[in-house]
Amino acid sequence: MADLFRPYRGKMPEKILEDIKENLPPKCSTAKVKKILGAVYQEYNRSLSQPGESVGLVGAESIGEPGTQMTLNTFHFAGVSELNVTTGLPRLIEILDGRKNINTKMMEIYLKKPYSKGKDLKKIAERMKETKLEVFLDEISINIANLQMIILLNKKKLKNADLKEDKVAKILAKSFKGFKFKLQKDESLLVTSSSKDPALNEIYKLKEKIKGTFISGIKGVTQVLPIKGGEEYIIVTAGTNLKEMLKQEYIDITRTVSNDLFEIQALFGVEAARQVIINEVLKVLDAQGINIDIRHIMLVADAMSMSGKVMGINRYGIVKEKPSVLARASFETPIKHIINAALTGEVDYLNSVIENVMMNQLVPVGTGLPGLVTKVK
Amino acid sequence: MTLDEQPTISRKIQSIIFGIMGPKFIKEMASAKVVTPELYDKEGYPVDGGLMDVRLGVIDPGLKCKTCGSKLKECIGHFGYIELARPIIHIKFVKEILDLLRSTCRDCGRILIPQDKIDKHIGTLEVIGEELGLADRRKKVAEIIAGLRTINKCPHCKEKQLKIRLEKPTTFLEDEKRLSPIEIRTRLERVPDEDLEVFGMNSKAVRPEWMVLTVMPIPPVTMRPSITLESGERSEDDLTHKLGDIVRINQRLFENINAGAPEIIIEDLWDLSQYHITTFFDNEVAQLPPARHRSGEPLKTITARIKSKEGRIRHNLAGKRTNFSARTVISPDPKLNINEVGVPLVIAMKLTLPEKVTEWNIKFLKKFVEKGSDVHPGANYIIRPDGKRKKITDETKEQLLEELQPGFIVERHLCNGDISLFNRQPSLHRMSMMCHRVKVLPGLTLRLNPAVCAPYNADFDGDEMNLHIPQTEEARSEAEILMEVQTQLISPRYGLSIIGCNQDAISGNYLLTRKMELPREEAVDLLASIGVTNFSKLPHKKVVSGKEIFSVLIPDDFNFDGVSRSVTSNNPDYIVKIRKGKLLSGVMDKSNLGEGSGLLLRNIHKQYGKDEMVGILGRIYRLGNEVLFKYGFTTKLSDTDMSSEARAQIEIMINEAYADVDKMIEEYHDGILEPLPGRSLAETLELRILERLNKVRNDTGQVVADTANQESDTMAMIRSGARGNLINLAQIAACVGQQALRGGRIDKGFSRRTLSCFRKDDLRPEARGFIKSGFKKGLRPHEMFFMAMTGRDSLMDTALRTPKSGYLYRRLANALQDLKVEYDFTVRDASGKIVQFNYGEDGVDVSRSEGGKINVKNIIKSVV
Repeated sequence: MADLFRPYRGKMPEKILEDIKENLPPKCSTAKVKKILGAVYQEYNRSLSQPGESVGLVGAESIGEPGTQMTLNTFHFAGVSELNVTTGLPRLIEILDGRKNINTKMMEIYLKKPYSKGKDLKKIAERMKETKLEVFLDEISINIANLQMIILLNKKKLKNADLKEDKVAKILAKSFKGFKFKLQKDESLLVTSSSKDPALNEIYKLKEKIKGTFISGIKGVTQVLPIKGGEEYIIVTAGTNLKEMLKQEYIDITRTVSNDLFEIQALFGVEAARQVIINEVLKVLDAQGINIDIRHIMLVADAMSMSGKVMGINRYGIVKEKPSVLARASFETPIKHIINAALTGEVDYLNSVIENVMMNQLVPVGTGLPGLVTKVK
Repeated sequence: MTLDEQPTISRKIQSIIFGIMGPKFIKEMASAKVVTPELYDKEGYPVDGGLMDVRLGVIDPGLKCKTCGSKLKECIGHFGYIELARPIIHIKFVKEILDLLRSTCRDCGRILIPQDKIDKHIGTLEVIGEELGLADRRKKVAEIIAGLRTINKCPHCKEKQLKIRLEKPTTFLEDEKRLSPIEIRTRLERVPDEDLEVFGMNSKAVRPEWMVLTVMPIPPVTMRPSITLESGERSEDDLTHKLGDIVRINQRLFENINAGAPEIIIEDLWDLSQYHITTFFDNEVAQLPPARHRSGEPLKTITARIKSKEGRIRHNLAGKRTNFSARTVISPDPKLNINEVGVPLVIAMKLTLPEKVTEWNIKFLKKFVEKGSDVHPGANYIIRPDGKRKKITDETKEQLLEELQPGFIVERHLCNGDISLFNRQPSLHRMSMMCHRVKVLPGLTLRLNPAVCAPYNADFDGDEMNLHIPQTEEARSEAEILMEVQTQLISPRYGLSIIGCNQDAISGNYLLTRKMELPREEAVDLLASIGVTNFSKLPHKKVVSGKEIFSVLIPDDFNFDGVSRSVTSNNPDYIVKIRKGKLLSGVMDKSNLGEGSGLLLRNIHKQYGKDEMVGILGRIYRLGNEVLFKYGFTTKLSDTDMSSEARAQIEIMINEAYADVDKMIEEYHDGILEPLPGRSLAETLELRILERLNKVRNDTGQVVADTANQESDTMAMIRSGARGNLINLAQIAACVGQQALRGGRIDKGFSRRTLSCFRKDDLRPEARGFIKSGFKKGLRPHEMFFMAMTGRDSLMDTALRTPKSGYLYRRLANALQDLKVEYDFTVRDASGKIVQFNYGEDGVDVSRSEGGKINVKNIIKSVV
């Protein structure tokens, strides 16, 4: 059987060969298999896109045309278990723009075996959340006479976060130099200034500042939401910090992702970023019920990432990389491009589409590509 | 001149070199020196040495260009020049001049970096220039100089450097003393070519002193034509006005200098000259008041002419105008073929097709000439081999007929079967412009088969469409082979048929294939009315079923398996089974016949080819329509009637939901509502209420769906997917449901309430935009108001979305337009860089695939 398939390896995509294997009727004669393979190969060859095919423009059309049908604000009626993320056209624009600061950063966290079945789910989720001292506070009181501050912490909440008072004291001491944090017998924290003549003013300022101190969790994660996705539980977070997140031992590193292109690029490189572009665009389109073939999206993602780092589809990104002055000038800021071209003495070889349209010449794509050689008598 | 004697494209522009024109170049290029601001003399003849000098080109009929000897429209115009009395800074190069002055020595002109350091930094500079652009490169040079800490001294000649500042727009100050353009120019002259390269400038194309003008080119008259008003008065172009100012001030400056006028006067005139030349290049410089017409409207000068959507580049160069086109309102005509377009007679007699006379067609073409230009298949013009056009009129007809011989061209009227391009804006994808065959019809609208509405996104509420007639054989064959409707059936977006049945065609076929049974005579009648002549496939029974009638249209060797959407999966008709061209089971509905859904049409296309499919689809389409014609189809208000029990049931359901919501609100106020993870209490309440209200809307919808008359025509439309859905029906019959605004229930309006008829902080459904009534019963005043709110919101949404998505599209198209598949099957951009090694990782063209895939199962089935 494998012998029959071998000659077609490398000539056809593996996926098609696998498809054939799966769909072969039981007890298929060798001759039949051969025939089938031949027929599929012929069909595959017939379906190939041909040289000169203007795949870029077709891709742009395929994404641009349904763009007009997308809604700006989506509205979920039964969206109880969902975060409020940017979707629809604004999100699509955000991705294709290659924007560094996206509107809603998000992570999807997959868990390792026992946890993915729901073990300690709430606890794990709670612990991821970036928590500030504020949350654990019961009371802060200031003793004006002694220039001291006493912090009362909530035991129950501390226990939930797997923390103890002394640890909190340590964290506070680390982030506020110039003050002493002492754990008292009644498990409250006594705060005193370590300078020689402490000012009341300073203590007051500290009271406000101290509330925002980062105590536990993962920085940047502002909201967590455990969701049952299919067979297993996953955790969705608002805000990302993939680098820290991947250090946690209960996480399935292979599947956990963020929706931030540049975070992924910095962590895993441009190939991963390309995949994120594809996934994120598909996500938007699926939510809108729009059917676009993945090849178009792949082409856009490849064009965005071909230089080795993610570039947006705008005048600072892909368009800037064009070799032709006129092509750049016809997009945006024509004067700037023409002036700079003059200073560097640039030469436009008229290799792409738009310049040739301007010159009233044949465009070098599709039927304009091939030349004809004839014998002159 | 005949077609083959017409100048063919024998030369191609290979490349365009950009650079800055130096004074020598400008003078060499010029064909006249302009010395006077006057335009015309008393007779109205252009003054020699004036701005409209005939050596600069002609715009008047009858005059000949003194430079090239050609007449109006033949002469493309020639540049002139003026000698400036004093040098003037070119506004577009101010930044460059400033950077050069700051980074070079004021005495020796060398760059302020020691030679050894230049060699060290040149690499990084190249990289920055490549990645960030020229401006950043110059910035980096300045940074390197600042980093040297020898700021004050030139490393080459030890001259002390002073601080140079730009006072916008064009005044340079050195140590707060003004640098005159003369001084600037001499300094720039001193900068050696090697140092220019450090700044990223190409010394072959640019000398920095050229950025300070001593000679200015005068654009040809042809690019600033004057228009003659009805009164006979001449109105000059904005550029001519501006040039007039420049020449006038320049003359005065010359005179004053020669007369030895005081320095102040000369300075003033010099500044004025600078202002005029600056606004000549750019009338939107931030710090300058724009030069205006007497009417107060700003002049449109060079920069404004080039840039933006209405500028030269995007308006005239990237987009062009065309003749031989028509535009009117469209209307539907299901009797037309899918690849036809109905053209009104009046249009067919205006649009022409050039046909070359040969020995073989001379008889044929003479018939057109005989008819003249007023009778339909006639002709409007004859073009003689020498290129003379002759209009065909009653007087000239006889003579022209005699004259006509091979080599002539007859511009004949549009006839049936001619090739045309049909287009509807916005042309968002390639199916927005397709090739149709002309069918000349009476009436005044362009007609098209409603099945092609989908690719054009057209409807008939007043839409207009454009028709173009390709004039050359090459254009026609390309249109026919690449653009005809049948070649565009499969969308390259998802690989399925984009053209299918819609509306009546779907409901008709649905009714037919569901349970209709007809006497054979009627069936034959029905089929005959759609143009079927071969009835051998119709079984010889007294009564034939709808499925058997439908099967007549399907080729005999066609097999297909699918599902229909209109019946539940336990119904035997759920599975669509076609064996040997016979519909054995299954109902035809949108999931099989509709556009962009199902593989039925895709498979017919694959198996029988595009031309066959157009025929089959056309017949199926007409069959559906014909069924409705013959047996009637009405959607009526009574289709939405409900029994009193059902109405009572809905009332109870809504009241229950209200009670539940009230309970939730109470729990919320008491603080015993359990918050959802990651949500505040108020958010939780909102979500829970929304969930509950949505449920009741769906429940009432289900009641409506269950109790409505299943046999009604409205239901047939819904079931088959022809038009409308269950939610629409439920909204008419029972309850409209929650109105959503900005992703939640309505909460805006007055302070803490939506309308003044509610209490403050009222969270009950009716106070937050829940519409309890159905459309048929009518909305109560506050309900109507809520509906209007969301209606307006959705209008706003559309208005905001269109430009946003349009811009995204423009950017995408601009970025990707050069990507194409090369002969080695890699995808590359214009510079030959590889984007993909294999298109879409498997090289498959989506429009040749079936929904993006190779249908292995089908092939196996056909082989086995």
